[in-house]
Amino acid sequence: MTDIAATAAPSTQTPTLPARLAKGFVNRLVIIIPYLWLLFFFLIPFIIVFKISLSQTAISMPPYTPVLDFSDGISGFLAGFRELNFDNYTWLTQDALYFNAYVTSLIIAGISTMLTLIVGYPIAYGMARAPATIRPTLLMLVILPFWTSFLIRVYAWIGILKPEGLLNQLLMSLHIISQPLVILNTYTAIFIGIVYSYLPFMVLPLYSSLEKMDYSLVEAAEDLGCPPIGAFWKITFPLSLPGVVAGCLLVFIPAVGEFVIPDLLGGSQTLMIGKTLWNEFFSNRDWPVSSAVAVILLLVLTIPIMFFQQAQAKAQEQGR
Amino acid sequence: MNSTWSRFNITSIVLGFAFLYLPIVLLIVFSFNESKLVTVWGGFSTKWYVSLFHNQGLMDATWVTARVGVISATVATVLGTLAAITLTRYTRFRGRVLFSGMVFAPLVMPEVITGLSLLLLFVAVGLDRGFFTVTLAHITFTMCFVAVVVQSRLVSFDRSLEEAAMDLGAPPVKTFFQITLPVILPAIISGWMLAFTLSLDDLVIASFSSGPGATTLPMKIYSQVRLGVTPEINAACTILIAVVAIGVIIASIANKRREIQRQLDEQAAQRG
Amino acid sequence: MKSLGSIRRDFAPWNDPNAKPYIQFDKVTKKFGEFTAVNNLSLTIFEREFFALLGASGCGKSTLLRMLAGFEEPTAGRILLDGQDLRGIPPYKRPVNMMFQSYALFPHMTVEKNIAFGLKQEGMPGPDIEKRVAEMLKLVKLEQFAKRKPHQLSGGQRQRVALARSVAKRPKVLLLDEPLGALDKKLREETQFELMDLQQELGLTFVVVTHDQEEAMTMADRIAIMDKGEVMQVATPAEIYEAPTSRFVAHFVGNVNMFEGKVAEHTANATRITGATGAEIVVDNGGKAAAGSDIVFAIRPEKIKVSSKKPADAVNALEGEVYDVAYLGDMTVYHIKLDDGQIVRASALNASRVTEDPLTWNDRAWVSFRPDAGVVLTR
Repeated sequence: MTDIAATAAPSTQTPTLPARLAKGFVNRLVIIIPYLWLLFFFLIPFIIVFKISLSQTAISMPPYTPVLDFSDGISGFLAGFRELNFDNYTWLTQDALYFNAYVTSLIIAGISTMLTLIVGYPIAYGMARAPATIRPTLLMLVILPFWTSFLIRVYAWIGILKPEGLLNQLLMSLHIISQPLVILNTYTAIFIGIVYSYLPFMVLPLYSSLEKMDYSLVEAAEDLGCPPIGAFWKITFPLSLPGVVAGCLLVFIPAVGEFVIPDLLGGSQTLMIGKTLWNEFFSNRDWPVSSAVAVILLLVLTIPIMFFQQAQAKAQEQGR
Repeated sequence: MNSTWSRFNITSIVLGFAFLYLPIVLLIVFSFNESKLVTVWGGFSTKWYVSLFHNQGLMDATWVTARVGVISATVATVLGTLAAITLTRYTRFRGRVLFSGMVFAPLVMPEVITGLSLLLLFVAVGLDRGFFTVTLAHITFTMCFVAVVVQSRLVSFDRSLEEAAMDLGAPPVKTFFQITLPVILPAIISGWMLAFTLSLDDLVIASFSSGPGATTLPMKIYSQVRLGVTPEINAACTILIAVVAIGVIIASIANKRREIQRQLDEQAAQRG
Repeated sequence: MKSLGSIRRDFAPWNDPNAKPYIQFDKVTKKFGEFTAVNNLSLTIFEREFFALLGASGCGKSTLLRMLAGFEEPTAGRILLDGQDLRGIPPYKRPVNMMFQSYALFPHMTVEKNIAFGLKQEGMPGPDIEKRVAEMLKLVKLEQFAKRKPHQLSGGQRQRVALARSVAKRPKVLLLDEPLGALDKKLREETQFELMDLQQELGLTFVVVTHDQEEAMTMADRIAIMDKGEVMQVATPAEIYEAPTSRFVAHFVGNVNMFEGKVAEHTANATRITGATGAEIVVDNGGKAAAGSDIVFAIRPEKIKVSSKKPADAVNALEGEVYDVAYLGDMTVYHIKLDDGQIVRASALNASRVTEDPLTWNDRAWVSFRPDAGVVLTR
């Protein structure tokens, strides 16, 4: 691990002085402490998840076998190692429940992401075009719900959506409907929950890319004979694409593995992979299978996560 | 600019904010409901708040959550700041790609995966699950958020400030503590606040990494919500919202006042 | 020898072969990866000199300054200060201070604390620090602003705080990176003279980096013109302007007319030059260019006389027609298209309110100049 710090060097574009001057102790610690922490608490756990996904369920504590350790020496470790196999993954492919859960999760996350974009874009656009004096206030109002508990915000919708809830009371008293709508415990409720909970994640990146945009570009397009709608699609929207991509990824990736929303709003009839994993773990106490579910979920999300990281790195480069 | 602040823009903002705030407002309103039914108004009452304070389980969970939040946010702020410095200042070292990956991935990682993997780690190394493991888990996922907040401040940091300090005779470590740290302190404070609220908020990771005797408030609320919606939970939520909202509003008003003072100072300075 | 322009004061150690150099760049090269910022550069600066590094952005002048301050180490070569090799000495141990282009005032400290910062690092006792800070505030006339923070100051005041902070430690050398770049034009001109007075008063060596030639000409004892990591010429402002040694320098400072040609013949005290188009020019300082070699004759616009008739006594006179006239108030600029097609720029001072020999578009005109009015350049 020491070579991480030993090769620490400033970039050629911005040769950093501290990096060069004190090649010693302090610099190494700055890198090594967070590095080791993340290695131990973020990366190694994934390796353990993978390992356990190859183990068998057992009625013991921990509830899987083999437990790889060195108490029996190297030979015991290797013997345990040979017991690992891909049975859990075979099991996942044979039971349509899991496959359906993955596909449903991706579809729900995809649709919700589009809905969030459709709801969030006009808000972000309106904010970016607001008078400069009230923009910080609007920004704070978007961020504020983000500071209040996710669980509470989801919980708030139960009272609104349930059959005798506030939405149905309102619609019936206005004589728009005569029978209460069944929304709670359906996919519709999940969509509403995701759009509501993740809206700030969509609005913020959209706002920051729209706000940076030079509005005279739109004026120039209109001056050159482009009608406002055309100017929007040809100028504004393409220029806000980095914000669109960032916002969509920030909503899509966590939404695929979402647990709280499908659990509280979706009821028992809906199927999403985060909930499946939770149930497998807490109700069935099947650690190896839930690990296998997690490994596959992670693989499914690898590509969008890599996209997200690239977008982050790019934004970081431009910030320099 | 004002001409573009059209009716369409105003409408979309008003509707958007109504969507964002109405559910929370309704939740707060019904916490003052006399009736036990959450959705039928039976008159004003504060009795649910009174019964809340006699609910020992809820009180214990609040205390656990507050301690986890303060400890994990503080450690996460230190680690996240170090990670942010590494990301902005050391652009070339072996394993940098892996490092930045490990900082950014937790931001979007589904909580069920993070929670499960941390739990399996704790089991593998033989740590008894409880207060300590929840704190470790919260440090891990919140430090990445701190890193992002501090990093965005460091990117815009004027490096010539540090060069000036060194030019005037301050060695690198002294320069960091006397110049860099004070200048980026506001970002570090908001990093801490973010870490604290994320910790306060978390249900999924806490459920995985916690054990008997260390039930956090979200876990408690969740288990009660599963049994049904009650005004008492509304009251608990209202208090939680109020605490956070007051904190955020005070912070932003203080910020705003500093900003206004600063602008006045600058205008005065320009006049000479 | 005839003197070129005016000499500001009786200070010219660079002409004294026995003078001891104070700062020496000895074959210094600095590379950033593949890019060579400074290329095998040698330069000598004397004690108490006001020295300017002038060049376009990216010419390596800032890199040179940063190497002297210690923020960059040379890839090759040595930098000596007062005889001491600076290699390996970190910036916080060098007896050199810098005034930054952005001023780099510490935003969380008052003016007073900013100025005291360097003195505290030195371990100076408290009362002495107070005394020195008061002295510095007086020097830059900011006594009543001691308790303010940087954001409560105007641009000009910030610049003066930065200056006070960088001279508070009495460095051997003060480095100034575009010191006036952020000021508006009027303030800049005032400050130029303040800086010169300050340098005289403190008796320090100043090295200033600038891209503004007027600034360099006003303030510096000597100027180094830089291009692509190399020094093109080091000389006094007057020499740079009146006796550039290369086309680059002639072009870079002020306006100039260039005539391509060949040395036809050296006579006892004159050189005949034949132009590519046949026009002949006689100069009395033909330099060392061998007969028959390709050269460029460079002449400043204000040294060319424009008239409607051929002046009787002129050694060099070329005919053409008026292509453009621009009246600028203090002077008038003519563009004369010679009969061979080359356009010559000439400027005439409007010394009186009425022009005796008015010329306008498309008039036939003569341009004439003395044999010593221009220089012959070989590179």
